[in-house]
Formats: sequence, structure tokens, C-alpha cells
Amino acid sequence: MNDDRLPRRRAGRIGRARIGSYLAAVVFAVPFLLPFYLLLRNSLMTQTELGALEWRWWPERIDLTGFTDAFANSSAPLGRALLNSALVAIVSAPVSTLLASMAGYAVARIRVAAARPVFLLVVATMMVPGAATFVPTFVVVGSLGGVNTLWGLIVPGLFNALAVLLFRGFYLRFPQEIEDAGRIDGLGHLGVYLRLALPNSAGLLAALGVLSFIEHWNSFLWPLVIGQDPALWTVQVAMSTNLTAQAINLPALFASAVVSVLPLALVFLVAQRWIVRGIMATGIKG
Amino acid sequence: MSVRTGPLQADAGPAVRPAPAPPRRRRVDWSAWRAFALLTAPLLVGLLLFKYVAMGWGLLLSFSNARGTIALGDWAGLENYRTLFGDPRFRTSLSMIVVFTLVIVPLTFAIALGLAVLVNRLRRGRALFRTTFFLPAAVSYVVASLIWKMSLFSGVPSSAANSLAALFGQEPTAWIATVDPPLYWIVLITVRLWLQIGLYMILFLAGMQEIPGELYEAARVDGAAGEWRLFRHITFPLLRNTSVAVTLLLVIAAFQAFDEFYNLLSTGLAGAPGPDGRPPLVYLYDVSLVQQDYGLGSAGAFVVTLLIVLVTLVQGRLVGFGRGDGE
Repeated sequence: MNDDRLPRRRAGRIGRARIGSYLAAVVFAVPFLLPFYLLLRNSLMTQTELGALEWRWWPERIDLTGFTDAFANSSAPLGRALLNSALVAIVSAPVSTLLASMAGYAVARIRVAAARPVFLLVVATMMVPGAATFVPTFVVVGSLGGVNTLWGLIVPGLFNALAVLLFRGFYLRFPQEIEDAGRIDGLGHLGVYLRLALPNSAGLLAALGVLSFIEHWNSFLWPLVIGQDPALWTVQVAMSTNLTAQAINLPALFASAVVSVLPLALVFLVAQRWIVRGIMATGIKG
Repeated sequence: MSVRTGPLQADAGPAVRPAPAPPRRRRVDWSAWRAFALLTAPLLVGLLLFKYVAMGWGLLLSFSNARGTIALGDWAGLENYRTLFGDPRFRTSLSMIVVFTLVIVPLTFAIALGLAVLVNRLRRGRALFRTTFFLPAAVSYVVASLIWKMSLFSGVPSSAANSLAALFGQEPTAWIATVDPPLYWIVLITVRLWLQIGLYMILFLAGMQEIPGELYEAARVDGAAGEWRLFRHITFPLLRNTSVAVTLLLVIAAFQAFDEFYNLLSTGLAGAPGPDGRPPLVYLYDVSLVQQDYGLGSAGAFVVTLLIVLVTLVQGRLVGFGRGDGE
């Protein structure tokens, strides 16, 4: 907008640089989009076509047997796996986000002697991220009888220290005047949180909720470890089992991958604005 | 806000009574404590159980003989640790992950930052390109591994990589199976780049939003134009905190690599002479869940955890993480 005020010579140079930027962006976009294209293309091809000698841009004829095979496969039932993944993600995303918001608010705004130690206790776990502790977590969940159970699959993933940190950052910026006004209206600490702070953090809740949904839908190591019974396989575990199997039905595998990515990609496309805005609201810039 | 304030409400509650005299401040505010406990308890109980108790138990178990059982077995002293470091598979997994981290972190950092600068310069279609680069973040490592292993870098002549190579007169290559030279690294690195660049680009973009535009205007007026100089003297220095956070997150993520290795290099999983690219977490999975040696697995988990904590702390000390963190 301010470029209008620059000398013409410079404006011209910037204009040319901008065209270069667009060219570069298009060139870079190709490798980012190609894998999506291959995913879709391969799900519509036949096994023979996939093993062909020559590159094909498009399947000779659209073949949907991959999709029917994917759902008919009995060794790794796709329908059941999708259901499990949906259940895990739909429960985990709101619960883990809400837990983080509650704790984040408490350590940011409620002045009690425990606030600092509790905050440190939470942040310390961030340095020891989930995946590295899957063995001890498995041992604890196992001794509580959680192997091959839904709760064993879901509960250990509900406690997100990073989200607590982000919510704390957000609530620290929450205007004191609003809190004071709430107190004058007779709200207690919980009331201020529930009626004022929580609704005001809707943007961040949505952003972290979507990120958490994606994370749980895509998570692989923990479901692989804890759900040894095929009835508890998530869609990631089911696909991996087929990917590492002896005889692979490739079109079916690509078709199940399409089915697993599609809902998420749609959620993502709709919600990425919130994600971007939410990340900016946390003040991650530091 | 739906909150009404005003003189009418001024005497509505005890909150506005004159501040109590200093000595009374020492009285515990029970309502604050109650609210604090209610809000933090669910998360704290979870973290205590699944992090602190788990780590403690794991540490105990690492000194036990626990084969095929997750109960604390006979005391084994340092036996598990001796076995662990005596196992060349564990030692290579450690050096492997260090090399992997040294490659993937700077690469992701540079490309994510470059793309952020690029996207930030676009006036129209910024959202479109941002979405394009961010979209892979919605894809799982399993799906990406499938695309990379069975299509992009598969050994068949019609795979994307081999078709491209054919244009330059190259014979079809078995990318994942080629250990010498380690072509399988191209597959490992590119899949992770594709999946994680978008998120870090968004973090950089968020950081750039906070840089006041006047700084650039002033620099232009001062004659310090030239995109590269603006980047070097304004953008990059002011992104310092973002850069630190991004680097930390990238390193931790690299040390936790599991999904793509498991799914791409499955031949090497159970100790078969596959590509020598097993990161520590795959080793731990193999030891704990396949061989069911939970004592040895716990020892390994402890060592890896300690390593991550150490790297995080050293890195934090080096770059001064949290220095500008107000509280």
C-alpha cells in the first residue's frame, strides 16, 4: 500500500521482485501438491497400472475397486478403524483442550502460593515429550489394566503441557479490567473463568482444538502400542499393518489413505484460519 | 462484554470493600485455593500418573529383570544398562538420530523461514499459497510413508522419482533399499520436510506479523533497501524468539522420530539386515513390545529421555530460551 509513495524506479524494481516471488511460489507449490495428487491418482488405479513401466498422469479408467476392497478387507477392517479414530479424536480434542485451558487460566490468573510450583511441574513434563516415554506409560497403563481398552487408548493423551503454556500466555494478556468488572458483579474465580475468560478464548480454543484433533487422528505410536487387538486399531494402525504386510493390495491401501485423509483435510481447510489466528494470539513470538 | 459496571453495582459484593489491613493479607484465600484446585486437578492428576509415576516406575523397572512382565521383577542392578550400551543396535540408533537431527533441523528451519518470507511478500493469493504449504500438516506420517514408499520413491520405473531420473537417462533405482550410498535418506528426509515445514512456516509468519512495518519504511528511507539487507538487519534479528522456539520444537520432534522409520524401513525392524536406520524409539519399540523385555526397554527409555532433556537444556542455555519471558 505504501509502495505508491516510493520513487518510481524503486517501485519498478519491487514490482519485478514480486513477479519473481510468484514464480518461486508456484515452483515450490509443485512438490507440496504432487504427493496429494499421487495419493488420489493411485487410489483410482489398478494394481497392474501401479506397477507399470511408464509414468501415467491419469488412470486409464477410473477404477473404484480399491475403495470397495479397502472396506471389504477383513484382516484390518477399515470401517471399524475409522470409527475408533473418530472416537479417539472427537473425545480427545475438546477434553484435552479444555483441561489445558482450565489449568492455563489457573496458573496465569489465580494468585495462590501453589501457582508457580504447579506451573513448573507442568512445564517440566514438556521437556520429556510423550513419544519418548511410551515404554513407562505403557507399563503404568498396562498395570492398571488398560492394554486393549478404549480408555487406555484415549486417557494418557489428554494431558498437553504445551497447550497449558499457550493458554497461560493468552490468559496473562487477558485484561484485568474485565476480571475486575466480573468480580464487582459478584463472580468468583470460577465464575470469571467460565463466564468471561473461557468465552473470550474461543479463538484459541478452536485453534488448539483443531490441532489436537489432527494430532490425535494422525497419532500412530501410542495406538500401535496399546491396541494390540485389531478391534481397537485406529485407521493409522490398520493402514500401517497393511503397508508392512507380505502381500499388499496397493489400490485398496491408497483408497483407505484417501478415506482417512479426506475428512481431516476438509476440517483443516475450513479451520486453518483459526489455527493461524490462534497461533498469533498465543504470542508465540515470545 | 455483557458485564455491566457502574456506581449502582459498586457495593454489590465484598470484592470492593476497602483493602484489608496488611496483617490480614496472610489469611489464606480459600475461595482462590478451591478454584485453583478445581481447575488444575484433572490435568495434574493425569500428568502425575502418566508422566511422573510412569517415569519413576520406569526407572525402577530399568534396574529390574523384567522379561515378559511389567511387574517389578528381581533386582538386576545395572545389568540392563550394560546390555543396552553393549548392543551395537542401540549405539548406532543414537548416532543415527544425532545425524538425522543435524540434517533435518537446519533444512526445515531454512525452508520454512524462506517460504514464510516468500508468502509474506505475496499480496494477492497469500492465503492460497499459505494453505498449499500448510496442507501437508493435516496428513499422517503413515499416509505420507505410504505415498513415499509405494509411489513417489518406489522402485518401479513408473514412480515419480524414477520417471524424473529417466529424463536424465538414469536407470530405475530402489530408493529405500539402497544403503550404499544411503539413498534411503533422501526418502526419510523429504517425507519429514513435506509434513512439518508448513507448521513452522506458520510460526515464522506469525512472528513476522509482529514486526512493525515502519521499521522497513525507515530502513528504505535510510537507503538500506535491498531485500536481502532488510531481511538480514530487520526480519531475522526480530524473529529471534520465534527462531529459538522453532529450533527447540524441531530438535525434540527429530529425537522422537518413529512413525516414518517404522513404516518406511520395516525390513530393518526386527533386527533383519535392513537399512541401518533405526532411530532409538524404533529400537525401544522392538525391545519392549516385540521382545517383551520391559527392563531393557525402560532403561533405554530413560537414556533417551535423559538425552532429550539434556539437549533441550543445553540448547536453552545456549540460545537463552525464556530470557524475554516476562515472568
